[in-house]
Amino acid sequence: MTSADRLARLMLLPLGAFVLAFFLLPLVRVVMVAGQGPDGAGEYLTVLTNPRHLSTLISTVLLSAGVTLATLAIGVVVALFLVRNRFFGRSLLISMLTLPLAFPGVVVGFMIILLAGRQGLIGGLTQSLGMGKLVFAYSMAGLFAGYVYFSLPRVLVSLMAAAEKLDPALTEAARSLGAGRLAVLRDVTLPGLAPALMASGAIAFATAMGAFGTAFTLATRIDVLAMTIYTEFTLAANFSSACALSLALGLITWGVLAATRSFSGSGVAAAG
Amino acid sequence: MRASPLVFLFQLVVTLLAAAFLVVPAVTSILAGVTINYFQGLRSGLTLDWVAQVWGLYAPTIFRSIGIALATLVVTLVIGVPAAWALVRRPSRLTRVVEEIVTLPVAIPGLALALALILAYGSVRAFRASDAFILVGHVLYTLPFMLRSVMAVLAAVDVRTLEEGAASLGASPWQRFIQVVVPNARPGILAGSLMVVTLSIGEFNLTWMLHTPLTQTLPVGLADSYASMRLEIASAYTLVFFLMIVPLLLAIQFAGRERRAIQRKARP
Repeated sequence: MTSADRLARLMLLPLGAFVLAFFLLPLVRVVMVAGQGPDGAGEYLTVLTNPRHLSTLISTVLLSAGVTLATLAIGVVVALFLVRNRFFGRSLLISMLTLPLAFPGVVVGFMIILLAGRQGLIGGLTQSLGMGKLVFAYSMAGLFAGYVYFSLPRVLVSLMAAAEKLDPALTEAARSLGAGRLAVLRDVTLPGLAPALMASGAIAFATAMGAFGTAFTLATRIDVLAMTIYTEFTLAANFSSACALSLALGLITWGVLAATRSFSGSGVAAAG
Repeated sequence: MRASPLVFLFQLVVTLLAAAFLVVPAVTSILAGVTINYFQGLRSGLTLDWVAQVWGLYAPTIFRSIGIALATLVVTLVIGVPAAWALVRRPSRLTRVVEEIVTLPVAIPGLALALALILAYGSVRAFRASDAFILVGHVLYTLPFMLRSVMAVLAAVDVRTLEEGAASLGASPWQRFIQVVVPNARPGILAGSLMVVTLSIGEFNLTWMLHTPLTQTLPVGLADSYASMRLEIASAYTLVFFLMIVPLLLAIQFAGRERRAIQRKARP
């Protein structure tokens, strides 16, 4: 071993010590506490065996899947438009669409309250149109809007980068061979964007599964997994359920990200 | 390929709606924070009273967030930059396992990480009640971003060849690290630093669980104001947050362009 190898080993030590003390040991503790509930080891499967937790899991997965599909659909339309057209104000528009990239979930929740809350812009608009006041911030629909708000900038950044690398000659060729617009989109453009769609879709899904700040700001009554873990831990002091649910949630988000990473290189998640 | 007018129109409308969806609430919040009465609208006049009230109520949370963000930056630099070099210079199965474990905290919801920290260290009162408890959570969450950012640049500039050159000229390993590795990693260190500070200032998922009434950070204060203060104060507080975070976000966009340019140049 050279002296440089020894130095490199030494330089990994602080990282190893930190991760061991503040991640791996606490993780072991969570696994232990999860198995110490009244049901013993059965608690590990509480997310599947407890009907209340199971229905929360299902609604969280459905919400996250819906958010992912909606964000990707909007993202593809906007990204292709911005990459294929050059016009006055384009870079300003791109800045506007990508600036909320690191707004934390709490702030996103407040944005949704301003938009669709009791004194929200949408409610004011529908009221002045004589359709009654439309208020949906404090429900699943509000959470849906919040997570789309949160993920859209991220998805756009990666889809625009991918769309710029698409070869225009391929679409030209497909068109000249007589393919219709939809066929070109389905058979040429979307497959070209597939790695970016997978990666950013996985991040949007994992974020929506685990995010807590937005739900916390909008209402504590929304039935999603993160809210359940929070109430089990702080209000019900049911530590074993909170730990078992956390493990299940962590496994799902990590699994989704790890599975898509093998398809599309590394993706960076940032749950806020 | 020229898009048909109908397709063009559809894309334009979707794009403008998406931009409005993201920007209109943010602008509304900024205006509400400087309007005398939000419900009467702008014609009630402009004021900085709400911002002043926020300062009176929440100034400690602002300073605490800045302090924790800078401390997080120092710790991630001291732990992360040497480790990134060690992981890049000789990839092996061990380094891949280390990398996988270290980046796990990004894939696990912050709520779960915080719960684990509380169960493991919550009984150590002095630690639990201090800013250091929040600092540990923020380092755990941001460290992968620093590592990845530095590792990406070191891999792109082929630091091993540079290092061998320096070694053949008689530089010691430590000299090589300080004089060759660190300067070459600078774009990655800069981008990683901006990311770490931005994420730390806005972190809520972990911090809400880790804080105590005496260790409130800015996002924790924001959640408090959203729940219990009038809309103008909540908006003024959000405005203060925007003033802190938007320059960082613009810097990240700029640094990202620089770094991509370097990585493009590095590839044959």
